Amino acid sequence: MNNTDKKRLLRDMLFSRRFEEHCYVGYVERKIGGFLHLYPGQEACAHGVMAAAKPGFDYVITGYRDHVHAMLSGADPKAVMAELYAKETGTCKGRGGSMHIFDVEHRFMGGYALVGGPFPLAAGMAKAIKLKGGEEIAICFLGDAANNQGSFHEALNMASVWKLPVLYVCENNLYGIGTRIDRSTAVLDQYKRVAGYNIPSEQVDGQDIEIVYKAAQKAVDHVRSGTGPYFLELMTYRYRGHSMSDSNTYRSKDEEKEWIERDPINILRERLIKAKVLTMAEFKAMDKEILDEIDNEIVPFAEQSPEPDVAELEKYLFAENDPWVTGGAQGEAS
Amino acid sequence: MAEIRFWEAIRRAHDEEMANDPLVIAMGEDIGVAGGTYKATQGLYDKYGPERIIDTPISENGYTGLGIGASFLGVRPIIEIMSVNFAWLALDQIANSAVKVRYMSGGQLTAPVVIRSPGGTAHQLGAQHSARMEKVFMGIAGLRVVTPSTPRQAYGMLKSAVRCNDPVFIYEHELMYNMKGEVPDAEFFHPLVGSEVAREGKDVTLFGYNISVHWCLEAAKLLADKHGINCEVVDLYCLSPLDRAGIKKSVSKTHRAIIVEEAEPAVGVGAEVMAIINEECFFELDAAPKRVSAVNIPIPYNHALEKATIPHAKDVVKAVRAMMGK
Repeated sequence: MNNTDKKRLLRDMLFSRRFEEHCYVGYVERKIGGFLHLYPGQEACAHGVMAAAKPGFDYVITGYRDHVHAMLSGADPKAVMAELYAKETGTCKGRGGSMHIFDVEHRFMGGYALVGGPFPLAAGMAKAIKLKGGEEIAICFLGDAANNQGSFHEALNMASVWKLPVLYVCENNLYGIGTRIDRSTAVLDQYKRVAGYNIPSEQVDGQDIEIVYKAAQKAVDHVRSGTGPYFLELMTYRYRGHSMSDSNTYRSKDEEKEWIERDPINILRERLIKAKVLTMAEFKAMDKEILDEIDNEIVPFAEQSPEPDVAELEKYLFAENDPWVTGGAQGEAS
Repeated sequence: MAEIRFWEAIRRAHDEEMANDPLVIAMGEDIGVAGGTYKATQGLYDKYGPERIIDTPISENGYTGLGIGASFLGVRPIIEIMSVNFAWLALDQIANSAVKVRYMSGGQLTAPVVIRSPGGTAHQLGAQHSARMEKVFMGIAGLRVVTPSTPRQAYGMLKSAVRCNDPVFIYEHELMYNMKGEVPDAEFFHPLVGSEVAREGKDVTLFGYNISVHWCLEAAKLLADKHGINCEVVDLYCLSPLDRAGIKKSVSKTHRAIIVEEAEPAVGVGAEVMAIINEECFFELDAAPKRVSAVNIPIPYNHALEKATIPHAKDVVKAVRAMMGK
């Protein structure tokens, strides 16, 4: 990774941070409804892994904290914001919402609210890739708490038995909703759990994007080589509560402070400034540019877009005009 | 036209669809090397290999989810869940993933999976192997639910289901795999919607599906021979969406309806058909519709108790005679 790459990663992470901060504002202003789970604090995880993967080529799937993962796959931030604003121009035409962003054209295969849901879905996409003989890999991003679902064990076992090209990325932010990992989980180091399925794994610092990138390169190479799945655990922290309805009373201020001191954007920014690759003035200009784009392009697009048409309420339930439903061209009439 | 067994019809559909499209795969417990509990994939492991005839671990929610994920990329999995009782475990992936991705993605993604599973009361299999879960699947928006009563339907429906772009659940019956019936030699595709008049009649309509179609036909014959009552039997082979037009047409003709189901009455097929009759043709009725259903208990092991739990042709005869007053 050269300095230009690093500056780009810094800008991208800052963009994600500012995008999510606007979501907070939109939610407070009641322009965004439902449940909203924000990503600040964890940026180095998705950004670092996706920098090592092939966005738009590899298939990505995740849980409900999905805006950033969708945009990293190639989803248009305007369409993501419009989805949050429940508009027809949203990624899912206002039918999905924050937890269910999909952009299939860019191979972002969705955000799922059932935390264990994507484990087998990702293995299935990997099975399809293998069957078709493709070079793609499936990448599944989930949190540490999802590993307590049965689907984690069922899917990782199958992925290993059948040597499927799937990378499981565990963003370990130490909390499952409001319950700290040591109060819910017998084995704190998540990467150790997959030894039971004979899957190679590693645990690294999820706050330093250069470390994440390096570990992800190794992981992606392993999976793409066709030797089977890999499990990468990234130690991280979310700054806000689990969702907007979370009062965040279960964590100490000291703990939060400790993690904010290891902010992924600050770590990279300071490193680049120290290396004289970046100046603080440049960083501030970068930030202003991002805020301008969000305030003047992304948010107005979402605000001014039309709502879905209620007359199309039942659209998208079934495939339209599928001939096989009535028995196809050769079908016999009953 | 050859007379073949139910399992042979399903096996033939698998074979033809797998030969037709390299992305059609089958997966389930013991379906490969062991040949399938009900022989639905017998011999296909040797023909198509382990990448396409997949013996899964006993992880129903996991392998169902895996099949759904594969279908996102154009693979057409036929998933066999060995007993419908185990399908409870796969409900999360069916109800939360397969049927919702199209809607919540605004039409971008679809999960064209076929899930086949046998249920029903067989021979003293006990409460955890005798479930009738069709009512549960019928209640899931976005899922097509069909249930064959003949080898011909079993063959043609599986073929259509594999090619259909929606998730399809096929409810089979443990006791029916050895039943024989005629299946055309030429390839054909059976509709996944509608209903079929299995016997024409004018006095009362008996609505059945899956195994209860056969109880209805047996009762109809006896009622015609011994009591001069002429029953129409309608096979509701599609449980979701139910054939409103077909139900209305038959009730408008006979003006009487009895729904025969192997399942418990609560929130079931009978209740739903009655609601449709009320909505579509209430003023055509000459008598209040009735249900012939199972007793609302887990299926007991003891043979006599098991027999007393589910309905039989004689119960249908009794219900018809009471309705007709003869």
